[in-house]
Amino acid sequence: MSEAREQILGTLRRSLKRGRLDAGRRAELEARLAAHRRNLVPARAAALDHAGQVELFVRMAEEVQTTVARVASAAEVPAAVADYLSQRNLPSRLVMTPDPQLDGIPWSERPMLEIRRGRAEDADQVGVTAAFAAVAETGTLMLISGPDSPTRNNFLPDTHVVVLRRDQVMASYEEGWSRLRAAQGAGALPRTVNFITGPSRTGDIEQRLELGAHGPRRLHIVLVDDGAAS
Amino acid sequence: MQPTSHAFKANAHQALGNANLQKALGLMRSGFPGRRAAALARLPEFEALREQGKALKDHVLENLDFYLETFEQNVIARGGQVHWCRTPQEARETVLAICRRLDAKTVTKGKTMIAEEIALNDYLEQHGVTPVETDLGEYIIQIRKEYPSHIIAPALHLVKEQVAESFRRTHRDLDPDRTLEEAPTLVAEARAVLRQKFLAADVGITGANFCVAETGSTIIVTNEGNGDLTQTLTKAHIVLASLEKVVPTLEDLSTLLRLLARSATGQEFSTYTTLSTGPRRPEDTDGPGEFHVVFLDNGRSAMLGTEFQDMLRCIRCGACMNHCPVYATVGGHAYGWVYPGPMGAVLTPTLVGVDEAGHLPNASTFCGRCESVCPMKIPLPKMMRHWREREFERRLSAATYRYSLRLWAFVASRPPLYRAATALASRLLGWIGRPRGRFRSLPLAGGWTQGRDMPAPEGRSFMSLWAERRKTAP
Repeated sequence: MSEAREQILGTLRRSLKRGRLDAGRRAELEARLAAHRRNLVPARAAALDHAGQVELFVRMAEEVQTTVARVASAAEVPAAVADYLSQRNLPSRLVMTPDPQLDGIPWSERPMLEIRRGRAEDADQVGVTAAFAAVAETGTLMLISGPDSPTRNNFLPDTHVVVLRRDQVMASYEEGWSRLRAAQGAGALPRTVNFITGPSRTGDIEQRLELGAHGPRRLHIVLVDDGAAS
Repeated sequence: MQPTSHAFKANAHQALGNANLQKALGLMRSGFPGRRAAALARLPEFEALREQGKALKDHVLENLDFYLETFEQNVIARGGQVHWCRTPQEARETVLAICRRLDAKTVTKGKTMIAEEIALNDYLEQHGVTPVETDLGEYIIQIRKEYPSHIIAPALHLVKEQVAESFRRTHRDLDPDRTLEEAPTLVAEARAVLRQKFLAADVGITGANFCVAETGSTIIVTNEGNGDLTQTLTKAHIVLASLEKVVPTLEDLSTLLRLLARSATGQEFSTYTTLSTGPRRPEDTDGPGEFHVVFLDNGRSAMLGTEFQDMLRCIRCGACMNHCPVYATVGGHAYGWVYPGPMGAVLTPTLVGVDEAGHLPNASTFCGRCESVCPMKIPLPKMMRHWREREFERRLSAATYRYSLRLWAFVASRPPLYRAATALASRLLGWIGRPRGRFRSLPLAGGWTQGRDMPAPEGRSFMSLWAERRKTAP
């Protein structure tokens, strides 16, 4: 197939009426890649202070059928999760990622919640995960894969509960990239980055919105207001 | 698939008499355009983003070899592979070879227009691999043995009763007396059936809305989450992409993402935007064991530097077809191949030849709505005119049409002759048409008068009135 590669690149250069780019031009383009320059970022979220961004995030998330419960501290998370599940008659057995971000939460104070830490399987009805960040502009969660945060946990369970810290809310996708590069090193993305904006949906039958196409039917965020988890 | 674009006129005629299709198209007209307009009204920066997006894509196309090579290096650095394919046949063989090596029985598929372009499903089936479409719309048309009628809503041409009928015929192990009248029950049934397919599949195939050179990531944008289950639960993730999908950085990607969903469905952001970079990492507990990017050229590298280069900016949002009066009247299947509407009228002749698809650039009212809503500002009407010129030059259109055009050009480029001829014609037609005031039919214009009457000219031509006015004016 390397013959195909050379031919495609050759045709492409002939069409552009030039040969391989010279070293100077390549250096310019390399510099452009390394600069991570931001294009226009809408003022909607960027012009707000952080408190305003958190409010905007909640509003935008609720607009796309995400539900949000706000709690004052990590200590209140287990009760908020238990209440959410019981109010909707959902099972109290749940699968939770082994994410250390969820470790400081006093889950044992709610013995009614039956928790398994690990990878989600088909039979799991409710899943709890942490998040990497959240984008106020569109009410979007940013989740990343890793040994402690398997991607399937975001998609297999019918109900997806996400524990989000207030300090994880930011204005734009661009801030998300900056945080990710700072956390992982530039160019070293995890296998999967999931931006999630509301529960799964489809409009494929007569263009009518239906929730729960293949991913979760419900997306619930527990937003912890005191900043750091514990 | 075998294109039927040459039969556009017959296809369109049939479409007009198809009651289900007309009902479905009515739903489109009342849906997509209004939702897009509402989303744009909420984002004052949309027009500025559009300019940036266009400039960005132009920059990529001018340096496409560099960005493709950079993307490839980074895919390899993260443990993935890139396969370069000149033709649909090479792409099909590449996918099959991966499936065979992994001893794959079934593959699940997220929505990919490139797979439609290379007719991948038929090929895999012929070679003993069962493809399962998992996007709901794609699944519906797969079990009906149809092809997509819209690039983002493949089953747009169907009403729910047709979907219910297809589900009853296909899901034979379910209770035949179950109720399937409303969309929620249909969605729930598809979810349950396809969940088992996701769990059983060996290989997952998706398309790519974008490929990021900086990181070697491919991106899919979906609402259902099917593309995510497809690539997460299988042994290998195969991404089908065309060359022009590459963008430089994550920041550049963000700009295009802000344009895509708003232009397509009027959403602020699609439900799932997923970046996939290489195979699962050694410590990961899930994710695909292999990551393959299959690049398809299929004539695109030769489009650069031509009057059709701008078409390579297309991000496949579907806004042009959502706003096209022709598409809204005849639907996508009339266009006879995988890309319908205005973008298809430009792209299809490039990919399957103007001999086959010459009718498509003519199926336009030149109202310009497609260009005005295109987030990438692609001059679609201008490119349709280029195709018309080529068709004329290559003598592909009917002889009477060409002779009439030549006669018209002869007269129109000689003003005195033009004025004399139109004065004579308007006087003559006015005299013949006086009793009724209109013509029910005219020689050589039967197609035009079939749907409306031609009013009889009353008095003199504009040119002669203008000349007189200038003479008498102070």
